[in-house]
Amino acid sequence: MEPISGVPAIVAMVAKVLGLFTILMLVVAYATLAERRISAWIQDRSGPNRVGPFGLLQPIADGIKNFLKEETLPATANRLFFVLAPMITITPALVVFAVIPVAAPLATPWGVVDMIVADVPIGILYVLALSSLGVYGLVLGGWASNNKYAFLGGLRASAQMVSYEVALGLSLIPVLMLVGNVTLTEMVWQQQQMGIWFALPLSLAFILFLISAFAESNRLPFDMPEAESELVTGYHTEYSSMKFSQYMIAEFGHMVTASALMATLFLGGWDLPGTWDNAFWHEGQLIRGFAEDGSVLMADAAWWKTLVTFGAFGVKTLFFLLVYIWVRWTLPRFRYDQVMALGWKVMLPTGLGYAMLMAVTILSLDTVGMTYGFTYGLVLTGVSGLATLAFLFFIDRGHTIAGAAALNRQRAHAARHARGDNPAGDGQVVLPSAVGD
Amino acid sequence: MVEIFFYIFAATALGGGLGVVLSKSPVGSLLMMVVSLASLAGVFVLLEAHFLAAIQVIVYAGAIMVLFLFVIMLLNLGHDYQQDLKWGAFSVLSFAVAGGLAGILAREVGGDWQIADGVVPPGGRAIDAAVREHGAVGAIAEPLFTTYVVPFEITGILLLVAIVGALALAKRNVS
Repeated sequence: MEPISGVPAIVAMVAKVLGLFTILMLVVAYATLAERRISAWIQDRSGPNRVGPFGLLQPIADGIKNFLKEETLPATANRLFFVLAPMITITPALVVFAVIPVAAPLATPWGVVDMIVADVPIGILYVLALSSLGVYGLVLGGWASNNKYAFLGGLRASAQMVSYEVALGLSLIPVLMLVGNVTLTEMVWQQQQMGIWFALPLSLAFILFLISAFAESNRLPFDMPEAESELVTGYHTEYSSMKFSQYMIAEFGHMVTASALMATLFLGGWDLPGTWDNAFWHEGQLIRGFAEDGSVLMADAAWWKTLVTFGAFGVKTLFFLLVYIWVRWTLPRFRYDQVMALGWKVMLPTGLGYAMLMAVTILSLDTVGMTYGFTYGLVLTGVSGLATLAFLFFIDRGHTIAGAAALNRQRAHAARHARGDNPAGDGQVVLPSAVGD
Repeated sequence: MVEIFFYIFAATALGGGLGVVLSKSPVGSLLMMVVSLASLAGVFVLLEAHFLAAIQVIVYAGAIMVLFLFVIMLLNLGHDYQQDLKWGAFSVLSFAVAGGLAGILAREVGGDWQIADGVVPPGGRAIDAAVREHGAVGAIAEPLFTTYVVPFEITGILLLVAIVGALALAKRNVS
């Protein structure tokens, strides 16, 4: 099967850009509704349920409201940067999606269409580059507002995003070492070849990436730049109507992109179990895999495969979106120094150590001569599992994992004292915390 | 097509550079610098150096300039309502020196750099082959960690020395 070319390729490209952009904006709009409905459900309220059936038209009402509201411009604000900042924020959040493959290649009468807007050779680096530019919008918005709270929010945003970019990059290194390339299509392909999605063989990288992605998109428990109990609403305090809406769209766009990235990097992207849907451009041919003797197995692209894999990709992305919302309404906000300590004293050393561990493991497996595949993945899963357990045990500090057992021991201790067999013999109940057990 | 994009990127890079010098507020200067760096990344993409372009944006535009912005905002440097640039004999002199340097550069480089249609310069062909074989990152990583590993490590040590020195200086001032 040949890749599409000529005029049909241009038509396909325009269709992909328009289609993906529309879907992205729809998902962003309905993510706001999902957030409000799920938060209501978690807090035992009803949430917005008046506009349309189940409140389904609420995002449209919100949009109209934002368009019609008065647009304010503080008298002391820096006019140029105040207007520019929301635009700088929203652009990177929306264009990052261009390098994420969303489905198996689509077969058309004119040739095979890759279901990715731009398969750039630098893949994930493009994502890192653009998401690192997104911080300018936050910082500038806070600065240009000429408002103390907004300014503090902007400062926090710059410090936090620079800090967690380090951890994000380090958590990607094991993935890059395993894949051997930086393009996202190749990442999906290598997960198909291994037969295990990278969430298991690289479990600690997955956890580090998840935490860093939360921090990078400024979501609770990392929403220091807009901590409303401390800074009014942080960097967008002075913004109203569509400018405020742009910040909101950017935040949800970040969430959707980060979810799609996590799905692609660690849950196989559009891949479904089995080899029936595998497809990759190998030396100009669309292949499904390699036979025992090294010859290529051709893939047959079909429209229903594209549809099913697109569904799989959507479900995985929506799952992470749900996790984002779920975490927001479950965990309280960090203190600012805790955010910095977690980033530099926990995430950075862990990321470095884990990258070293994975490098040693991958090098040993390659030296032993094990071929890349399912067993390879199982060995990595074992090593990573141990590292993840150690990490969780360390970060937990005896609160949750050992917590229940420790509590039982304290209760037994208290009961023993209450019965009177106190070593001190004075019959007084010694509080379990004072025993030092 | 490529030529049009080159002129666009070159113009924004130069305009950004001018903006750094001429902008009234330090934050404006900094943003102009980001524009200039990003345009240079665009030129790198046109030269097929995708990895360099990405690193240019990630490291310079995305990390170092954010720190600059952080410092400028934290110390509240400069005033955006008055010109910090003072026009005098000295500024005229500096413009003359810069112009002279640009002239020398243009004379040295400006000879016969134009390439005939359809001829791929040998450097470009080597890059293409390396990218095909090792990928966009591998083409740079391979020589960096084999042939040039010693200079690379020495550069790393140099940076470490600079960091330790900065820390030592900062610490002495506090106590």
